[in-house]
Amino acid sequence: MKVLVPVKRVVDYNVKIRVKPDQTGVETANVKMSMNPFDEIAVEQAVRLKEAGTATEIVAVSIGPTQSQETIRTALAMGADRGILVEADADVEPLAIAKMLKAIVEKEGPELVLLGKQAIDDDSNQTGQMLAALMGWPQATFASKVEMKDGSMDVTREVDGGLETINVKLPAALTVDLRLNEPRYASLPNIMKAKKKPIDTMSPADLGVEPAKRLEVLKVVEPEKRQGGAKVESVAELVDKLKNEAKVI
Amino acid sequence: MDFSLSEEHRMIVETARRFVEEELYPYEAEVEESDTLRPELAAQIREKSIELGLYAANMPEELGGGGLDTVSMCLLDRELGRANMALNYTVARPSNILQACEGEQREKYLFPCIRGEKVDCLAMTEPGAGSDVRSMSCKAERDGDDFVINGVKHFISHADWADFVILFAATGEEETPRGPRKKITSFLVDKGWPGFTVRQGYKNVSHRGYHNFILEFDDCRVPSSQVLGVVDQGFDVANDWLGATRLQVAALSLGRCHRALEQSLDWAVERKQFGQQISKFQGVSFKLADMKMRLHAAELLVMEAAWKHEQGAMEDMDAAMAKLAATEALAFIADEAIQIHGGMGLMSDLPLERIWRDARVERIWEGTSEIQRHIISRSLLRPLGG
Repeated sequence: MKVLVPVKRVVDYNVKIRVKPDQTGVETANVKMSMNPFDEIAVEQAVRLKEAGTATEIVAVSIGPTQSQETIRTALAMGADRGILVEADADVEPLAIAKMLKAIVEKEGPELVLLGKQAIDDDSNQTGQMLAALMGWPQATFASKVEMKDGSMDVTREVDGGLETINVKLPAALTVDLRLNEPRYASLPNIMKAKKKPIDTMSPADLGVEPAKRLEVLKVVEPEKRQGGAKVESVAELVDKLKNEAKVI
Repeated sequence: MDFSLSEEHRMIVETARRFVEEELYPYEAEVEESDTLRPELAAQIREKSIELGLYAANMPEELGGGGLDTVSMCLLDRELGRANMALNYTVARPSNILQACEGEQREKYLFPCIRGEKVDCLAMTEPGAGSDVRSMSCKAERDGDDFVINGVKHFISHADWADFVILFAATGEEETPRGPRKKITSFLVDKGWPGFTVRQGYKNVSHRGYHNFILEFDDCRVPSSQVLGVVDQGFDVANDWLGATRLQVAALSLGRCHRALEQSLDWAVERKQFGQQISKFQGVSFKLADMKMRLHAAELLVMEAAWKHEQGAMEDMDAAMAKLAATEALAFIADEAIQIHGGMGLMSDLPLERIWRDARVERIWEGTSEIQRHIISRSLLRPLGG
């Protein structure tokens, strides 16, 4: 079974995000970039499937600027077999990404597409679902446990009320949540091997997709600064503050 | 000219950083407080680092090592250097000189060191022979097919963990235009051999948990098959293989510079005095600027020297400048980091007092700052007849 794993290059989760002064987005110049942490979990899951003998080949795909090759290389060092880089702007919208992935899926014929549930930069949480819809495939989202069966898989999903286990037929799109696994870090020998693994480069046009913008960003602002709390001396003072300062009672 | 790191370099740094943060940092307080590295902890670190391929990463791939080039090795050492020395040196970088092993020596010493089954240590320094290393009095006299070794070595790092010592001893004297000079031979001597005693060394200010030892040789008889390289040419063997050791000291120092600077930056924006972040005071922010500049300058020297080493073009002066700049940058940065933190900087709750203590030895071992300056100035002046 071939597995496709889309991986996104995002601002590293450790970086303190700064909003650009013109409010068009967040600062990415001279900022450490890494693989989206949820995508790391997806890569790890794919590698485990391969180690278990279920997956035969893992293809890592990234759609974004040239430097996204680094993200693919990280996936290769974790255990993916080869990469596909679609060179595009950094801010392609989820629908266009899903369409490009569809074109790649049709070309590559994977039985499973393993995605992070969302990217930590825009938190869209759409790509996996859109891809499944475009393909007419079943989808299993927010997976915290996956068990492969013959021609299908049991997926435990983290939902508000607890855990839900569903069975989906393959081929399918699976998006992974935080608790599915703990991604390995690339060992030195695998880093060296990754150097020799192939990465194909293509453009959105090669896939027949025009990544036109459908959404307009009005502005991006920093979250409001939190005010420090205060201690009150008595219940009377608390009630007074709630009534007159916070005006909640 | 291209100063950028390759994708492999970047990934090596990421793996090494994560290893250091997850596998070494959590044990720093324990090692610093107890001045001991528990054998079980050492085994755990060794196992994990072997799994990740970080162990013996300096050794060539065809010998079973990581096969890292010099730049990659400096990056790895830089990351490992962020953590306490006892912890980070458990991720062994066996002495490159072991590559001079021949025949049975390879099976007995080289390969076990690469596999993590044996640990080496290196003995050059003596109480009476520090910077003037050729004046060593430890001697090996031929007796039939054996050598009989007598003498004392001191400041021998991690001789407690080691299974054998790479020993340098005088095997005679030769006349040179500048007067008589000792001939030196390198030997592989197993711990536990009759006449070879390892004694506890000195308590000292730097590198808790990573100890130095005194080695005593009293009519210690070793067969000539234990000679590493060629008899009387021990210094040539050392020069062939130990050139990058100074870069290792430099790279380890850089790691600590980075950690101290990061800690200082965090503190400068968190700490408030007189109603504002202390980073708003130039007394603090200018220190940070100087720390960054000194660190970056040293890092460029180290990386350039490493790159030259890889090309086979590194000169003594390159390694000397790299080691001098990095270790002196560390002294400056560790001291300024503490000044920025005020009293808190001296408390063992932060890694700064440790980095400050550890910094002191770096300007002394692997050639003092003065020896490095001598090497640099000699390289400049000798061609001019100076």
